[in-house]
Amino acid sequence: MNNHNLKEYWAINIRYVLILISIWFVVSYGFGILLAPTLNNIQIGGFKLGFWFAQQGSIYVFVILIFVYVYLMNKLDIRFGVQETEEKS
Amino acid sequence: MSVQLWTYIFVGITFSLYIGIAIWSKASSTSEFYVAKGTVNPLTNGMATAADWMSAASFLSMAGLISFMGYDGAVYLMGWTGGYVLLALTLAPYLRKFGKFTVPDFIGDRYYSQIARTVAVICALIVSFTYVAGQMRGVGLVFSKFLEVDIFWGVIIGMAIVFMYAVLGGMKGITYTQVAQYCVLIFAFMVPAFFISAQLTGNPIPQLGFGSKLVDGSDMYLLDKLDQLHTELGFAAYTSGTKSMQDIFFITVALMVGTAGLPHVIVRFFTVPKVKDARISVGYALIFIAILYTTAPAIAVFSRTNLITTVNEQPYDQMPEWFTTWEETALLNWVDKNGDGRITYVPGQAIVGSPEINRTNGEIVRGEYGEVTLLNPLTLTENELYVDRDIMVLANPEIAGLPNWVAALVAAGGLAAALSTAAGLLLVISTSVSHDLIKKQFNPDISDKKELLYARIAAGFAVLVAGYFGINPPGFVAEVVAIAFGLAAASFFPAIILGIFYKKMNREGAIAGMIVGLLFTLAYIGFFKLIYPEYNTPEYWWFGISPEGIGTFGMLINLVVSLAVGMVFPDPPEEVQEMVESIRYPRA
Repeated sequence: MNNHNLKEYWAINIRYVLILISIWFVVSYGFGILLAPTLNNIQIGGFKLGFWFAQQGSIYVFVILIFVYVYLMNKLDIRFGVQETEEKS
Repeated sequence: MSVQLWTYIFVGITFSLYIGIAIWSKASSTSEFYVAKGTVNPLTNGMATAADWMSAASFLSMAGLISFMGYDGAVYLMGWTGGYVLLALTLAPYLRKFGKFTVPDFIGDRYYSQIARTVAVICALIVSFTYVAGQMRGVGLVFSKFLEVDIFWGVIIGMAIVFMYAVLGGMKGITYTQVAQYCVLIFAFMVPAFFISAQLTGNPIPQLGFGSKLVDGSDMYLLDKLDQLHTELGFAAYTSGTKSMQDIFFITVALMVGTAGLPHVIVRFFTVPKVKDARISVGYALIFIAILYTTAPAIAVFSRTNLITTVNEQPYDQMPEWFTTWEETALLNWVDKNGDGRITYVPGQAIVGSPEINRTNGEIVRGEYGEVTLLNPLTLTENELYVDRDIMVLANPEIAGLPNWVAALVAAGGLAAALSTAAGLLLVISTSVSHDLIKKQFNPDISDKKELLYARIAAGFAVLVAGYFGINPPGFVAEVVAIAFGLAAASFFPAIILGIFYKKMNREGAIAGMIVGLLFTLAYIGFFKLIYPEYNTPEYWWFGISPEGIGTFGMLINLVVSLAVGMVFPDPPEEVQEMVESIRYPRA
């Protein structure tokens, strides 16, 4: 493992975090708050869309974001050989 | 069987279970006591985190609060779940790799300074004590409402149980009890929700039910019906709310960031074996939390609709039995202002203050229609109904006409939620004292056995203090919960984030940032909540930000001060920068 590789690992990690945090922000603060009055004009079933994002949708997206991050990072760990061995590191 | 008998049975069974786990999982070293030796399975840890996180407030009060706030309730729903994304992406894995016992450990080592450690310890203690007092109060309330035990004895019983498993078992005991408590509380929360959702909409899944059509033959969507009811009565439409957009925004940020900075949540991710486990464990925790948090807004809508359609403009003497039972607890009261014998429910307070029941010689004085009469002065509004928010979850099974055992289940669930959170907080307090203060500051050569003894004494002492506040709550307990989140957001969060992602962050910047962020937030909340509550209205707030949301501002100030002060002082020593480098990679 050389220093150059570790720097690249960290850079990719930061990129993942920034992308996922942007989605986190857009869904909760964007759809759930700032755009909620506009989205409320769209109704799906009994839900006004802005209301649904604020009280339901954003929570589902939060869960998905964490699992996507876990998946990406586990793959990245192996690609750069920094994954933990079975013994406690 | 009566609700009370069922409650004794459920509480008896669950408490025996908790005590059994306590005896089985006695801790024998500080590592077991503080972090369960770092050997907790990630799924188990996720479940324990969920129980740790969801307090009496989440279980008993949140759905009720939302049902009165409508759309605005989203601040709690998003605010208390969104922080887990921050935890998973920016904190948990790195703190796990760092691999010590507490948050002040990280702050102290990362900023190579005992002052930084002390500031962190003080923040951890303030946050945890504020929070734990409310939990013991919750325990006392459930006991007094359901078992007709005095609040005093309710709190004593709760203290004895927490004492058993927190003092004996430490983190190990707490973890496995929390798993049991999660199962109890989620079962107790979901059962009434399934029933009521099926009753109202024909769809038993509450998350879908509250977006479905009513089964009353009106062919209307439930939410449209509720909006219509609200508008007719003069309330703001349920799905739009009343708070200003910038206040919603700031409160949500403060709650999210505060969640990610709460020491009793962070410390749970020190208990899993690997970095990989820490990441996935946050995901599991959020799934378990989301089950309750996506159901709560549905319950809010169901109970709001049930309440309005049951009471509004109906004659008092045709009220169902639950209405009269809850009147006697002073949580639901009617004052016939216009003398027509019907209940008028419109916006505004019905009475001044919270209800005080009119009694002579201990007997309740009844009014013309047999209603419980009150001593409170009436207000000038037309509203005749006082509704305590907590009633929405407590009385929900009765309002929907469900069997007695369902109501008893809610009591056991409320206790599980309060006890699990109290235990997690007590552990943070005891660890802060025995590890961060005694071992790290006063007596570094202390033996492991002695440190464990001090940890137990501190936990025992903390139980007593929490119990005291549970029995004699300072009037401002409810008000100061906002402080816990605001403080965590304005103090810990920026220091930890900068500590991980900005290698050149030095101790001078971090300490200055924490202190300024903390003081600013304390001052703003103290001014509006404690000193001048009469000015606590949007026209006096800075930029329209309420005290609940000011932690966000405190956090920004902390960031700016940290970076500005940090530029003036030298970079951190080489070995600290190497440490920051090393926590970024799971191995290496």
